[in-house]
Amino acid sequence: MYSRLVPALRGAAPATLRTVGAALSALPLALCTNFAVAKAAQEKLEDLFFGAAMFEAYQENYFDAIVGLDTELNQYRSLDEPGLDPFTAHLGQAEFSVGDLELSYRMHREAGRAIEAVLKGNVSQSVRNEAAYRLAKIHYHKQQPRNALHALEMIEGRVPERVRADEQFLRARVYMELGRFEEAVALLRDLKGDESLDGFVEYNLGIAQLKAGQEERGVLELTALGKRRSSDAAKQALYDKTNLLLGSYLMEAEQLELARPYFDRVNLEGPFSNRALLGAGWVEAKAGRYDRALVPWKLLQQRKGTNESVQEAMLAVPYAYGKLDVHSTAAINYGRALDSFGNEVDTLTASIKSIREGKFLEALRRKEATQVKNWVVALRNLPDAPETHYLLDLMASNDYQEFLRNYRDLNDLFERNEEWLASLTAYEDIIELRRAYYEPLLPGLDKKFRELDARIKLRIEQRDKFAGRIEQMLVTRRPEYLARAEEQHARLQLRRLRKVMSQHPGGFTDATLQRVARLEGVLNWRLSTEYDQRLTEAYKHLQELNIEIEQLQTVYHSYVRSRQAATHSYTGYHDTIRRLRAQIEQKQDRLDTLMARQGSMLETLAIDELDRRRAQLESYQIKARFALADSYDRANELQEQRADQMKVEQHRANQPEPLPQDNPPELDAPSSEGGEE
Amino acid sequence: MVRILQITILLLLATAGYAQSVSRDEIRGLDEQIQDVKKDVINLTGELAQLEEKLLFPSNTQVSFFVSLADKQPFDLEAVELKLNNEIVAHHLYTFREIEALQKGGVQRIYTGNVQTGSHPLEVTFIGKSTSGKAYRANASYKVEKAVGPKFVEIKIAGTESAINFKDW
Repeated sequence: MYSRLVPALRGAAPATLRTVGAALSALPLALCTNFAVAKAAQEKLEDLFFGAAMFEAYQENYFDAIVGLDTELNQYRSLDEPGLDPFTAHLGQAEFSVGDLELSYRMHREAGRAIEAVLKGNVSQSVRNEAAYRLAKIHYHKQQPRNALHALEMIEGRVPERVRADEQFLRARVYMELGRFEEAVALLRDLKGDESLDGFVEYNLGIAQLKAGQEERGVLELTALGKRRSSDAAKQALYDKTNLLLGSYLMEAEQLELARPYFDRVNLEGPFSNRALLGAGWVEAKAGRYDRALVPWKLLQQRKGTNESVQEAMLAVPYAYGKLDVHSTAAINYGRALDSFGNEVDTLTASIKSIREGKFLEALRRKEATQVKNWVVALRNLPDAPETHYLLDLMASNDYQEFLRNYRDLNDLFERNEEWLASLTAYEDIIELRRAYYEPLLPGLDKKFRELDARIKLRIEQRDKFAGRIEQMLVTRRPEYLARAEEQHARLQLRRLRKVMSQHPGGFTDATLQRVARLEGVLNWRLSTEYDQRLTEAYKHLQELNIEIEQLQTVYHSYVRSRQAATHSYTGYHDTIRRLRAQIEQKQDRLDTLMARQGSMLETLAIDELDRRRAQLESYQIKARFALADSYDRANELQEQRADQMKVEQHRANQPEPLPQDNPPELDAPSSEGGEE
Repeated sequence: MVRILQITILLLLATAGYAQSVSRDEIRGLDEQIQDVKKDVINLTGELAQLEEKLLFPSNTQVSFFVSLADKQPFDLEAVELKLNNEIVAHHLYTFREIEALQKGGVQRIYTGNVQTGSHPLEVTFIGKSTSGKAYRANASYKVEKAVGPKFVEIKIAGTESAINFKDW
């Protein structure tokens, strides 16, 4: 256990420090990874689809969120006048959010490229600073502290307020990675009190101070942090880890009296409790107080037998009994340890076999495993899955976590693509059904449409003619234009009569001539006197006609659109679907290959870990067997000694009372000196 | 016994560098290939989603409803039901993560379907509770006027006010 904690302080290897730092900074990193995403919540929504993409992002459905935002961005960029689109209000946010989401989806290269593009672009210094910070974060996450520092050095002037603390914290951690502890201490001291980084700043500050040679300050800082209590499991884990780290550090420094309280402060229900109990026992054992060492060790001995600390305690307990000369109890405990180790070795062997048979990867691919909080542990409950308790430490490591997530991502992408392939087949069926339905209907419809079209055109021509006449009448008075049908008929008859009369001037009586003239007069009178009213009515009728023609045109356009929609619903998809299917199939092959490689890596590392634990247990078994034999010998020896002792005592008890060997002083012969007297 | 501890430490140290069986270069190479394939699948999925939308929900008949929360007081939305033309088209029960996403300002696309141009009655019902545990329930009606283009309607729920507001986009 010390290997994971103490070298962080003692050894100068930055890589080891990184393990501690990275593990502990995982939470704030996760918090600040999504700050751009979180910031979106504060802004007024101007684009529904941006909000829909963020809905996925807030649920950590990174893939769907990236697809949504990418689609929006691509559509926006293809607009003729993008500035008029409401998405403009979210453009900057969307671009940064995509970067953040890509980072969360472990697409560091893509996120880095996007940010570098921002840095190269013509943007304000404030945006440039934020982009540089994000790039630094990516490099830091990829364990490239020099590149991270280089990116941070691109920052000029003030960093935007909302990322200022995160930027300083990142800079401090980069300095720590590079061994520049004094500079890190200065930055972290300024950051103390920042609520969003509460606890993490103190932890890093304590470590930096210890590494910078300010041992006393570092211990004080970490002690103050370790004394805190929180109902938040993640924060409590940080405090526990701090105590465990300091306890181990002080024990290594042989400051045993100081070390014990740190182990005692670790929460007994927390993830570090086993190591703390083991450490507490070792502090007492190192001080020679084996009876006191037994208290935490015996407590630990009752815990889950797959834990390394528990297994170590199984040997430590009889060891302590041995030191206390209670060899019979020691022998019993060694026996129990041997039984337990034997069972665990069998479990490990079965687990290795299960992994080799592919059951581990099969379990990883199952959806139900991810629906519980500790899904990694829950894997063991699946049929034939390996004992994952042995893999917890391995699985908790950053790299292995990445491998696991990548494997699950690949599996997810594979399954999505399979669904798309099924969907494409369904789409082809839909298209064929549509074709079968529309194609026979369309010729008849087109014929009717052409008739309708001809009628519409005729009506439009008539309307135009009437409109022209009315306009003309507004300029020049033309009553005859407004004559009704019977009036027109009468006008024509009268005109014909006049023509006949002019051809035969003597052929008509005066009465007839007067009658025709009167009729003409009546007709003209009527047309003249009713002209204004008729013109108004004609104008109204024209308006009504316009409305009707508009309605006809709406029907016409609606038909055209429906006709187009019907055609578009089944034409032009064939090539697209074929191309997309080929692309999906190509991706499936790639995904399959990459899944196999990533899966093999996961299996190899898991088997290595289980092998290591099995070898460790086998070594414990050997030790326990020797120690058991030794305990028996010592117990026998002690028993024999006690028997001998008892015999001696019995022999003495059976002896008659011995005569006094020494005379009382008064019976002693007088001394020569006295004789001389 | 102390030797056991030393062996343990050595063994633990050995595990820190598991690179014996899997090299760093191998890990990096695989990781980069995985990133590439992710990018490709993202692009491909975008294209497929567009094809799907064009095929199943053409713009002349497409109607989409979006649910959001009014940003005044925290409210736990439990369920929403949508009736379009007197038929239930969506009934959604919210998970904890979905509620959180809505509270942060996310917008849920709850339904996408096809309707003819014209007026369509929409009825929305929700149930939920405030942070104090008080239950709220409300319903509201709206006329969806479908024109030639796609129709997007935002249903903004102000839970603690038992109000539902509609916005055409």
